[in-house]
Amino acid sequence: MSLPSPGQRILMAGNNAIAQGAYEAGVYFASGYPGTPSTEILEVISQYSDIRAQWGANEKVAFDEAMGVAMSGKRALCSMKYVGLNVAADSFMVFPFAGTVGGFVVISADDPGMYSSQNEQDNRYFARLAQVPMIEPSDPQEAKDFLKLAFELSEQFSTPVLYRTSMRVSHSKGMVTVGERTEAPADKKFVKDVPNWVVPIFAKSLRAKLDAKMARMAEFAETYPHNRLEAGSGRIGIITSGASYTNAKEVFPEAPVFKLALTYPLPKQKILDFCAQYEQVYVIEELEPFMEEQIRAWGVNNIVGKDRLPRTGEFSADVLAQAFFEEEPVKDFTGEFDIIARPPQLCPGCPHRGAYLALKKAGALVTGDIGCYTLGALPPLGAMHTSFCMGASIGNAFGFEIGGTEKVAAVIGDSTFIHGGIPSLIDVVYNGGNTTTLILDNRTTGMTGHQEHPATGLTLQGKEAPRLDLVGLVKSIGVEHVQVADPFDQKEMYASVKEALEHNGPSVIITNRPCIFARGEKTRPKTPYVINEDKCTQCGACQRIGCPGVLPGEQPRIDEVSCTGCSLCAQACKFDAIGLKGDA
Amino acid sequence: MAQVTNILLCGVGGQGVLLASEVLALVAAEEKAEVKQTEVHGVAQRGGSVVSHLRFGDKVFSPTVRTGTGDILVAFEKLEAVRYGHYVKPGGLMLINDVEVMPGQIGEYKPYPTGINEFLHKKGFTLQAIPATAKAKELGNPRVSSLIILGALSAHLDLSPEAWERVIERRIPAKLLEVNLKAFQAGVEIGKSMAQAAAAGA
Repeated sequence: MSLPSPGQRILMAGNNAIAQGAYEAGVYFASGYPGTPSTEILEVISQYSDIRAQWGANEKVAFDEAMGVAMSGKRALCSMKYVGLNVAADSFMVFPFAGTVGGFVVISADDPGMYSSQNEQDNRYFARLAQVPMIEPSDPQEAKDFLKLAFELSEQFSTPVLYRTSMRVSHSKGMVTVGERTEAPADKKFVKDVPNWVVPIFAKSLRAKLDAKMARMAEFAETYPHNRLEAGSGRIGIITSGASYTNAKEVFPEAPVFKLALTYPLPKQKILDFCAQYEQVYVIEELEPFMEEQIRAWGVNNIVGKDRLPRTGEFSADVLAQAFFEEEPVKDFTGEFDIIARPPQLCPGCPHRGAYLALKKAGALVTGDIGCYTLGALPPLGAMHTSFCMGASIGNAFGFEIGGTEKVAAVIGDSTFIHGGIPSLIDVVYNGGNTTTLILDNRTTGMTGHQEHPATGLTLQGKEAPRLDLVGLVKSIGVEHVQVADPFDQKEMYASVKEALEHNGPSVIITNRPCIFARGEKTRPKTPYVINEDKCTQCGACQRIGCPGVLPGEQPRIDEVSCTGCSLCAQACKFDAIGLKGDA
Repeated sequence: MAQVTNILLCGVGGQGVLLASEVLALVAAEEKAEVKQTEVHGVAQRGGSVVSHLRFGDKVFSPTVRTGTGDILVAFEKLEAVRYGHYVKPGGLMLINDVEVMPGQIGEYKPYPTGINEFLHKKGFTLQAIPATAKAKELGNPRVSSLIILGALSAHLDLSPEAWERVIERRIPAKLLEVNLKAFQAGVEIGKSMAQAAAAGA
């Protein structure tokens, strides 16, 4: 990658700016696991040759690696989607007891509004829960600049720092002035010191040290120069941070603003002084009343927050104007015009479709997981019946089975299986389950934009890697009934599913067709299918496989541009009306 | 408050909306103090609805356009103009590509709606149809529609032709550059003639 020259002002997305910030901060190592809206951070970092970057098998593993690098004295970063921090929380909660040697920053990318997520948890609480400082940027320039501040803070107080971004900060572009790489302090070395680094035995004394450290940080927060007081006029003051700041400035351009960069610990005295100056202070924060409740607990009663502002959804200038001025946003035109929706669907040629058609035919209750294949829950497939979070499918299926449900199958993707499915499968074998698990191996991490993982044969930085042998792995766990099936061959796929569901003992089916966007697949020549309208009875069977390439309408047609030739529609047709272009 | 230009580009995933908004943002970045751009949609995918917000001027805070304040909406697909029309200010400009992409549907089948232009016209918006597909065919490459649309848009913005050219040269692969520049120019002509027609009509 050609690096921008220092001083240049260029257009950058927040996540790219964070990556540039990592480069400028002299980061040595970066790890993470893909998850919207964080994925690009590591993808872009991987292009800087000065940084070693790698995907972890999951967020906990990625965290532990970055933690080790930081303990060894180097600057390390770990990046994940906010729910990833739930996975890494075990380490995240304990590492602060010991502190760090080299700078250590954990990036949590939150998703207010749940644009691409399963819940709306506000990860700012994690900073308070773990007793670590938290920094929040508002725009791409800050996303870059503040990362360096986070590393400085981490080293100054020997603590991990939570760097909280949100979808709008991560996925917006703005002008960024870039700088040059500064080398991190080179004098930091790990010193063997059991009472500091063997936390379980010395937790009591470390806990007291952590409290003392937190008190020092609270004092430090009072004079932190990046918590910025912006002068203004009027009787109303505003306290805000992160993406909310940008919306507050749109709606209250003249108001005095206390804009916080360090949002934990809060600068208590500064905030008390600020609140005392104004008749009312609006605390403008997305999601939970994280700052508001702390401020109220200090006895401040002239603040306005969640009594007016919503606790759910992303803020916009419209949301603020409605909350504070009762200005209604302009309604969309759905009430006046029939705007047909464009619901998300599995892509044309997606191999998951074949797996679902077979599961549906077998009448299985399907516990699902996190990935593109979650779309199999929607009509017309409707073949997945539960989905919660990474890795839950196999344990859930085993639970349904224990609870007395018959014909249960778990569906999990290759990357998700590696991330969080393996221990559950071990458990099924260990505890005598009959559970059927389908590993939909499409050879990529699909939903987040096609990242490599341990079973794809390549690393994040493009090095060849040993390819995890899923069949061998599953067998070694003790699953005796293991089948590899072709989801584009419905006869074979259905036979496999039926056999697995009837098998007495744990069973696994691994599907063997790659994602149409997987490496090497995009350029493969494809012959599309066409419908012979003379033979077509317009029964609609081909439309019920839920392929966007089979166009809706009384007379079904196949969109030749999007058709990949997977043949599932042709197999669904009982009248032999669908054939390869040229043959039909 | 400082003057900010608010633009929305919308369409269907795979039509090139995101590339077009990237080009526009880069052009604005050449000449304006601040540019912010963002996409507002759910799971981005082929065939899904896509909308990009773009704001530039002396000082821009939020990247998202408020409803009822958009100066120009550029719809790469007709139905999407209605989906995001409420973001446009009263009387604001809508550039609408002549393409209809039938939504993939679940459940009861609905034909593609008719009367889109009439509806938006009645709402008081200023409409300009961009015959990008026909023009692209004429140029011999159906994939240059985006640049034709951008050309038409450029006629309504105070961004210099040089900045447009610099960015297109930087962003488009060399072997496709010539046809894309031609497409952009064709778009500029479409935009200009429409602006003139509108002026004459008024």
